Amino acid sequence: MDDHTKRMAKKITGRICFHAFVIILGFFMMYPVLWMVFSSFKDNHAIFNTLNLIPKEWHFDNYVRGWAFNHSITFGTFFKNSFYYTILSSIGAVLASALVAYGFSRIPFKGRGFWYAMMFVTMMLPYQVVMVPQFILFQKMGWVNTFKPLIIPQFAGLPFFIFLMAQFIRQIPYELDDSAKIDGCNRWMVFWKILFPLIKPAVITSTIFSFYWRWDDFLGPLLYLNNPKMYTVSLALRMFSDPQTSTDWGAIFAMGTLSLVPVILIFLFFQKYIVEGLVTTGMKD
Amino acid sequence: MNLKKRLDDIAGYGFISPWLIGFLLFSLLPMLMSLFYSFCDYDILGSPVFSGLTNFKKMAHDENFWQSMKVTFFYAFVSVPLRLLFAFFVALLFNKGSRVIRIYQAIYYIPSLVGGSIAIAVTWRRLFMADGAFNAFLGIFGINSTISWIGRPSTAIWTLIVLAVWQFGSSMLIFLAGLRQIPKVYYEAAQIDGAGKWQQFLHVTLPQITSVIFFNMIMQLINGFTVFTQAFVVSGGTGDPLNSTLVYALYLYQQAFKYYDMGYSSAMAWVLVIIIGIFTGILFKTSDKWVFYESKGGK
Repeated sequence: MDDHTKRMAKKITGRICFHAFVIILGFFMMYPVLWMVFSSFKDNHAIFNTLNLIPKEWHFDNYVRGWAFNHSITFGTFFKNSFYYTILSSIGAVLASALVAYGFSRIPFKGRGFWYAMMFVTMMLPYQVVMVPQFILFQKMGWVNTFKPLIIPQFAGLPFFIFLMAQFIRQIPYELDDSAKIDGCNRWMVFWKILFPLIKPAVITSTIFSFYWRWDDFLGPLLYLNNPKMYTVSLALRMFSDPQTSTDWGAIFAMGTLSLVPVILIFLFFQKYIVEGLVTTGMKD
Repeated sequence: MNLKKRLDDIAGYGFISPWLIGFLLFSLLPMLMSLFYSFCDYDILGSPVFSGLTNFKKMAHDENFWQSMKVTFFYAFVSVPLRLLFAFFVALLFNKGSRVIRIYQAIYYIPSLVGGSIAIAVTWRRLFMADGAFNAFLGIFGINSTISWIGRPSTAIWTLIVLAVWQFGSSMLIFLAGLRQIPKVYYEAAQIDGAGKWQQFLHVTLPQITSVIFFNMIMQLINGFTVFTQAFVVSGGTGDPLNSTLVYALYLYQQAFKYYDMGYSSAMAWVLVIIIGIFTGILFKTSDKWVFYESKGGK
């Protein structure tokens, strides 16, 4: 063998090792998720004491039993509640954040720096510090056991999204605003007609993150929703898997798998925007 | 001129009003209430009665409080560095632009994507039970284990740590973005100076990326202090076995919504604010060190 072939051989071995390692580690990474998905097709006995992924017999009835929940309420209700909460909250959070971001990044009003700093401070605050008094306030307003305490605060916008969009607006040249103003647009029109379409990537990123956070939200629904008819999917899943009451793991995993479908679908369609959001701040998991 | 300024003020406050109203109503007012409650005896049914420092004194003698503090610090200080280490290592492996690599990245990111869900937390319970898949996995290596990993006080917290470390995908993507921002000329210059791969890593990659690592470390520690959902689901809301998974946010939740001790839980929340404040302080105090590389990097 001459030097060239030797070097080639070494390079190829290196590559094979790399890919083998990455694939094996990747399999371990995916294993818990795959295990849950495949377990959702297994008979309850086949779930215990085993590593096997592929079921010997496929049990689709897990999905029927899981969906039926306790027969008086089905998972149809929980999915409807989750979509209602998630979609309404996300629309509110994103639209409000866009308006606020425009105010902070384009209008030189008095106290702008102060309020922008305050917004950053609230980003660092743990939810626990407002959890108790918020609950007491909302209880006094008669909002407990409604979606109001979960959805309405979202219409104030989220600091993370405001920051993201403000960064975006700052990169857009002022000339665009000015020429629109000469054409007779007021600020409100400038925002909706010129800037809002231009910050579309930031809007999409924020919408996706809002969807994920609301969809997975557990503490909020746990605090405010006591009536099983109003449960979101997360809350219902946790009820379903309560160690004291339930052992129907096949049905639990069936509904668990269904609960991840919207999350995975959005990821497949909007990957690019997710990376953008993570990188812009690197703050949230 | 004055009129224009006035108009700007009106328009500015108009546009930020959703956030401003929300901030006053849902953040500032509750914070002030919480601060007041923390000095009160308050069981939600009656009205708050001023009790001075009683709540804070109670903490000093509350074993569960110290236990929750211990569990939370252990959880945060083990899981966050481990997660970042993994994320950094894998990001180095994936720091090239081929199509296959992009598929790998997506696969490694999936756990971060689904890890916050109740579905995965419930699965975790099942995996680490005595008759769960993890013991079956140990069986392959001839280890006959019938341990319930979530049922033993010494191992239960580790199942939560593994769950957190497993979700290193989002940090990995952040590091990858950081690695890509290092100008290629740096590596070329190092090569001309005769630096090998290892030296390039030590003298170019590491100094350029430590800022990102450090920033992420502090931010994730802060998040780690407030972990709730996973501990709640895996322990069935109790923090058991023997309070070994009683993280701070869970204990605070119990005080408020199980024992209705609103005063004590508010006091606990403010202790948490102080802890997070200290870490934020460290972040800013040392910021000149990590910003240094970023701002001078372009020159």
